[in-house]
Amino acid sequence: MRHFTVSSAEPTSDVLSELVAHLRRNRAQLREEWMRRISASRLLTSMTQEEIFAEATSVFDNYVEVLETGSVEALQAYARDLSERIIPRGVDTPEVLGIVLLLRDVLARSLFEKYQGDFALLNGVLDAYEPAANRIATTVAVGFVQERERVIRQQQEAIRELSTPVLQVRERLLILPIIGVVDSERARQLTEQLLHGVRSNRAKVVVMDITGVPAVDAIVANHFVQTVEAARLLGATVIVTGLSPEIAQTLVTIGVDLTKMNTVGDLQGGIEEAERVLGYTVLNRRNGPPHMDPAQVS
Amino acid sequence: MIMPSRAYTADTDLKLAVVTDTDIVTTRQEGRRFASALSFSSSDLTVIAAAISEIARNLVSYAGRGEVWIRQAERDGRRGIEIEARDHGPGIRDVSLALQDGYSTSGSLGLGLPGARRLMDEFEIQSEVGKGTVVVMRMWTR
Amino acid sequence: MSASGGIAALAARTRRTGMPVPILKRGEYLIASIQSTLSDADLIRLRDDVLVQVAHHRSRGVIVDVTVLDIMDSFAVRTLSALAQMITLRGAETVIVGIQPDVAFAMVQLGLTLSGVATALDLEEGLAYLDDHAKQSVHGGHGSEAGRRN
Repeated sequence: MRHFTVSSAEPTSDVLSELVAHLRRNRAQLREEWMRRISASRLLTSMTQEEIFAEATSVFDNYVEVLETGSVEALQAYARDLSERIIPRGVDTPEVLGIVLLLRDVLARSLFEKYQGDFALLNGVLDAYEPAANRIATTVAVGFVQERERVIRQQQEAIRELSTPVLQVRERLLILPIIGVVDSERARQLTEQLLHGVRSNRAKVVVMDITGVPAVDAIVANHFVQTVEAARLLGATVIVTGLSPEIAQTLVTIGVDLTKMNTVGDLQGGIEEAERVLGYTVLNRRNGPPHMDPAQVS
Repeated sequence: MIMPSRAYTADTDLKLAVVTDTDIVTTRQEGRRFASALSFSSSDLTVIAAAISEIARNLVSYAGRGEVWIRQAERDGRRGIEIEARDHGPGIRDVSLALQDGYSTSGSLGLGLPGARRLMDEFEIQSEVGKGTVVVMRMWTR
Repeated sequence: MSASGGIAALAARTRRTGMPVPILKRGEYLIASIQSTLSDADLIRLRDDVLVQVAHHRSRGVIVDVTVLDIMDSFAVRTLSALAQMITLRGAETVIVGIQPDVAFAMVQLGLTLSGVATALDLEEGLAYLDDHAKQSVHGGHGSEAGRRN
């Protein structure tokens, strides 16, 4: 048996490489033992045995690798990578923590078994192993939770986008009915949707109806003003409908510049105004008399 | 060293010198490329590039030259981009005045600082007359 | 831009090596089609080139196509606004076309609205705008809604 002095005050890298070598040598049976324990604890029930085996192999190898290098970046990268793979498979946080802890236990037992003859040596080995293993468990759990939160945020964004469809009513005319609370985040998303809608539909007019927006404060109003200005840069007019005179008055008093917005009472009126704008365009382009007959616009 | 299945290319800091107007273009393009590895939306990438452009232009026109660092940031589980612009120029006497729209002493419109601040999630600035200025700004992924 | 230099001086400045923005003539209009990202110096050169061409051809309208620009920062907006103003002094109209949705969004957040300069979705819309406006300015008619000017 190799002899080396161990105490908690000394660097443990020699000890670590020794035990990492041991773990690698016994890779196959340790992995088997781990998988057996996973089944026994009824974890990863949403995955097949083949899938578990494939993941277990990669997780085991990464675990030992991180034990050896102690690299934080590698650790975090590993945690993110693992989370991205297993979240779509319906694995949740207790399961992830559970399997990582089981692996820690399996490897620890293996070390007990190997070094049981020398208590001082065993202590030294565990002094090296435990902090490293615990750091791995923590990092994996935290990484998993963060990844889940990110996925949930993305899903929320997708739901928000679906809840505000951009409707093409006629050629060159879009309607954007907005319902519900508009915060900065949603306002940004609405603007993006509107602008992309203008470009893909080659719209010249967008009727943005905010009747269903419960509260319009200065911040939200300024977002809408920005939307109007941005649409103008794409050659489109935005007609805002559903802005009550009372709210408009309040906003003007606060100092919001509503002159940049073309506001009309209600959605119907907004559509009529939009047709007027579009009809005027169509008629004006012909080399005819400069009058306008709205009835001819269909 | 076993590589994880996805390559994280945004691990290292970028450091760029900004002296000429073409450096402004290079810096914002590098910034955009760096940010695109961090799962920002295409709209955010444009906003980040615009903010970098304004800050870099500020370096050139106000301080003559400077340096820009671009790095990954992490906080509370969110990933983001952090951009630091540093110069050893004249420094700004009144920072709050400089952050107001339309303020300028160099003859240009002076949109750099207030513009970048409007675009980014976080914006910090420190300046000392005769020593120089440091601007740090961050945007977080959603 | 100095008044004493004049068009000849502009023409002299523009004789440079490099890859300037191509400017195409289409009847009474000019179309400046930006092909790649422009540095500050490139933008100045574009401005000067367009002015030379407008004077040379006595164009009635100019379209600047910025479709490929991935951002429009304060310098680009300033330069294009100045260009539009100078073109107005020559009795011609300017339309900026092809601003991308993301670019427009970033621009308004920076407070760059290109106010006073006509904008349109793309080349087709830009030409329609000029048809409505550039000719009418000769006859003294009023504008239509084909393009949007603030």
